[in-house]
Amino acid sequence: MNIIPIMPARRASITWPSEGLTRVPYALFQDEGVYADEQDAIFRGPNWSYLCLEAEVPNQGDFRSTFVGDAPVVVTRDTDGEIYAFENRCAHRGAMVCLEDQGNARDFSCVYHAWTYSLQGDLVGVAFKDGIDGKGGMKPDFCTGDHGLRKLRVATLHGLVFGSFSDDVPPLDEYLGEEIVERIARVLENRKPVVLGRFTQMLPNNWKLYFENVKDSYHASILHLFFTTFQLNRLSQRGGIIVDPSGGHHVSYSAVDHAAEAAEQRKATSDYADQKIRSESEHRLEDTSVLAGVDEFGDGVTLQILSVFPGFVLQQIQNAIAVRQILPRGTQQTELNWTYLGFEDDTPELREMRLRQSNLVGPAGYVSMEDGCVGGFVQRGIEGAGDGRSVIEMGGDSAESSASRVTEASIRGFWKAYRNAMGY
Amino acid sequence: MAQDIYQLIARAQADYVRCIDDGDLAQWPDFFTDACVYRVTTADNYKRGLTGSMIYAASRGMLIDRIASLRGANIYERHSYRHLLGQPSVISANEREARSETSFMVARIMRDGSTSLFATGRYCDVYAVEESGVRLRERIVVCDSSCIDTLLALPL
Repeated sequence: MNIIPIMPARRASITWPSEGLTRVPYALFQDEGVYADEQDAIFRGPNWSYLCLEAEVPNQGDFRSTFVGDAPVVVTRDTDGEIYAFENRCAHRGAMVCLEDQGNARDFSCVYHAWTYSLQGDLVGVAFKDGIDGKGGMKPDFCTGDHGLRKLRVATLHGLVFGSFSDDVPPLDEYLGEEIVERIARVLENRKPVVLGRFTQMLPNNWKLYFENVKDSYHASILHLFFTTFQLNRLSQRGGIIVDPSGGHHVSYSAVDHAAEAAEQRKATSDYADQKIRSESEHRLEDTSVLAGVDEFGDGVTLQILSVFPGFVLQQIQNAIAVRQILPRGTQQTELNWTYLGFEDDTPELREMRLRQSNLVGPAGYVSMEDGCVGGFVQRGIEGAGDGRSVIEMGGDSAESSASRVTEASIRGFWKAYRNAMGY
Repeated sequence: MAQDIYQLIARAQADYVRCIDDGDLAQWPDFFTDACVYRVTTADNYKRGLTGSMIYAASRGMLIDRIASLRGANIYERHSYRHLLGQPSVISANEREARSETSFMVARIMRDGSTSLFATGRYCDVYAVEESGVRLRERIVVCDSSCIDTLLALPL
């Protein structure tokens, strides 16, 4: 039988501005119809969503619950050692079958009517299926094989687990492209990650405003004043941005020439002595151990922010490594899940450095707390904006890789991928 | 002794929250000894023994830096806290050191007047007992929820 996929009808009608990627209608951050369309076209569409780390389900029977868009999802490792994912919604009447964030189970039994599912999401038991004493029971032609939990395709890459509801999604490495895969490998290949902590930040804004922020290399030194205030700016930083051909994924990176940095710091030390005489009011860190780090990757790159459409971030800020999962929670709210990482072979000194550098990131991070509120400033700012649009022209109008980080190219890249996914 | 230490801790904590809610934040580090630990984490991480923190200060200098950054560098919408503390539960005490736990609720009052329950949890503390009173050698702020609304700027 040929199955003809039925595309759900779009609820919202959006006409994209004729200027192209340099203009984004504010309605995209407000409209309930757009939000519902995104669930169909993006989160249930041909894209890969980050689910969890392999290290979070190391043993047979381990599971973790998460979300893909609005949909609750469970990730498991079955007795065959493989990772599976399925919707956390009983095929009977829709109740969640898994009520824990993580754990170990032999199967999942719905508390409502005890329909029981295997670790792969197949229906293996229905309470009173044959009735009692020959009375009652399911219809005679009821086939348990037809009533499994809705399964996701699963793919892993260097310890990251991604899932997709779509059968049309390209293989993960193809979806990401070579450059992005390389940059993920740079941080995670052949390493055994250890979760150091998990934090959730509820952002008072549409999910796309946070994703724009992640991809925005223009704002970093303007909104985040920690480094400049404490005179930790390194003007010699070399770096750039990579935007993949689809536009949806990006990497922003910068590096410090360590020899030059050391020389600069020696100079800064003598400057400091001078400046102390000139001015007592200069901000200086009392304890600089918050920034102490090592060149873990041997390439001098001290910052690499990598994003994968539609909601994944891999962050390396010195030795502070984290993954962030961006989950939409209605038009005006976003759940940002931080997972701080170390690695099994960390020395105690390196582990301590990671923990101290974590002060830079997260809900209270010296260079990230502003990102928690700035999306809300936009969300509130665009109330009543009617058919207003944002202007995204820094660095031109293209969505291509660039040696300069003073560009909004990766934001335009996001909108390129978004328009493509949404058919706008 | 038990009675005294209870009163010393209760007094120190009353001053601590007054400093954050109504006083001069610059004096907040003075509630800690020079060598100290201050962490803000969640009950889930704490239970699992995960040491990653939203805030981690491993010295009084790092507390001073936190306040300097909040005042001079970080950008966030103006807001204040109102702490309500439970009675301290003194877990152990001797002449030099006391361990206690105290529950807290913190309301956050935003610039526009909106007031919400921002955090609940407990302080897991180690106090150094000194002639003039007690100071924190370690405070682990264990938030009950894993979720922080918008951002965490002012200390808990």
